[in-house]
Amino acid sequence: MNGVRLALHQFRYDQKVFWRNPASVFFTVMLPLIFLFIFATIFGNDEIADRGVNTTTYYVPAIISLAVISATLQNLANNLTQDRERGLLKRARGTPLPPQDFVAGRVGNSLVVSVLMVVLVAVIGRIVYDVEIPTTTLPAVALTLAVGAFTFCCLGFALTAAIPSEDAAPAISNAVVLPLYFISGIFIPDNEIPEGVLSFADIFPIRHFFQAFFEAWDPSTAGAGFEWGDLAIVAAWGIAGLLVALFAFRWEPRR
Amino acid sequence: MISATGLRKSYGDFEAVRGIDVEVCAGEVFALLGPNGAGKTTTVEILEGYRPRSAGEVSVLGSDPAEITRRWRERVGIVLQECRLTPELTVREAVARYAGYYPGPRDVDETVALVGLEAKADARTSRLSGGQQRRLDVALALVGDPELLFLDEPTTGFDPSARRQAWEVLGSLRDLGKTVILTTHYMEEAQALADRVAILAAGRIVAEGPPDQLGDSEQRATRISFTLPPGADAADLPAGLRARARIDGDRVSIPAEDPLPALDELTSWATTRGAGLPGLEVRRPSLEDVYLELADAHAGDRDGEEPA
Repeated sequence: MNGVRLALHQFRYDQKVFWRNPASVFFTVMLPLIFLFIFATIFGNDEIADRGVNTTTYYVPAIISLAVISATLQNLANNLTQDRERGLLKRARGTPLPPQDFVAGRVGNSLVVSVLMVVLVAVIGRIVYDVEIPTTTLPAVALTLAVGAFTFCCLGFALTAAIPSEDAAPAISNAVVLPLYFISGIFIPDNEIPEGVLSFADIFPIRHFFQAFFEAWDPSTAGAGFEWGDLAIVAAWGIAGLLVALFAFRWEPRR
Repeated sequence: MISATGLRKSYGDFEAVRGIDVEVCAGEVFALLGPNGAGKTTTVEILEGYRPRSAGEVSVLGSDPAEITRRWRERVGIVLQECRLTPELTVREAVARYAGYYPGPRDVDETVALVGLEAKADARTSRLSGGQQRRLDVALALVGDPELLFLDEPTTGFDPSARRQAWEVLGSLRDLGKTVILTTHYMEEAQALADRVAILAAGRIVAEGPPDQLGDSEQRATRISFTLPPGADAADLPAGLRARARIDGDRVSIPAEDPLPALDELTSWATTRGAGLPGLEVRRPSLEDVYLELADAHAGDRDGEEPA
């Protein structure tokens, strides 16, 4: 029980810090919405040939995928590196706060922001673009989000090991995700992307997460919407990330 | 409270700490004093449980800091040499967050007041001056009501008035009955705050004791110094003084534990010659002088032969 109390205590302060930081709020909350408006405006309401859906129905799950990755992987990699280099992680290590409660607070923060973004994008999609919110496939939506959030949180902790300084954090985390957004069908509908590029994107978890999430969210999905193959690959990346994080995560500044 | 014998720490070929013995009692304020690179932070971080040691026996609060538990962490407060604050939180929030980590924390507002930040309690930490941030660091280390407090260079980089303010806060820790381990490279700071000082140079303790008893009797002796009057030679000085005098060009310095007889002899000599004693000075060496002399004498230790 004490552990739950401490994790909640950490989470409360992590939330305060998140919402008071203009950069976090802009990049994690505002930017995905801006992307949604831009893409929906530029690409109109045409039908996307291979998927049998219109553009906005395509972009709602695409932007939700992006928002979840941003709230987990990017948010964690940037803020943990910053706090490590500022000595805040080292200081926290010198207190009785158990590391698992520290981690729980940060992950909890990412999860809550992720869920908020799912709801926000879904509601805006429904009201502004008339994109249906799924009902029968909700279990698949929930499971896909859970697997994705697990994986991209683990990868966020793991990525900090590759970031040498506070200044390098946003550059490195963007260099990791931005190209993958382009080639995984998140920014550009995947019927426009050459087959070879897509199969390269298939090596990485972002493409599989998007595929699984699209299937779960797509109103034309016939069955329960579980894409077990994609989910398995996403989860495998998560486990790899977890192992790297356990081995390579550092509490002390690099300098 | 703390005991270390033969403490050593190597980084590759470099031996940062080369055999330190320390004993600190409950309620004592103990300062590790030394120039940069002397091994102060390495020593303290071993005692804090941050760093493994290469050799030696160490016990802090009855435990080996290499195998500490959460219970142990609850009894220790740490102010790191370099640590920023979370800019999004206010002073009170920052202290309240840390208070939540401990089973029997001090009152948050009282702790904020103890470090003199009550007027800033609702200000974001990003709005604090350097001195105020450092005092908040102390509040974060204190709010768990620890028995033992580590302060690693708490005032480095401060202007003199911020330093005095910090000393007032740190001085009040003694009244709380805390045991304090302090590192500093300011002799003045050790003198103002510590019951006992160990001077560290090149990874070894070169002197230890209460601040006013550091150094040997010659290092602490009063210095009589003057310029040789024109036409006089050092060889002309009275024999008893000549033996002790240190001569640097025409400047003569005579250490004397009791300066009166020496002065008496010297003034009669000068009066007899009718030449006077230009630039006569009688001065007790400051602790700073003693410290600098000790640190200087041992700074080259690392390069030379291992002293026996």
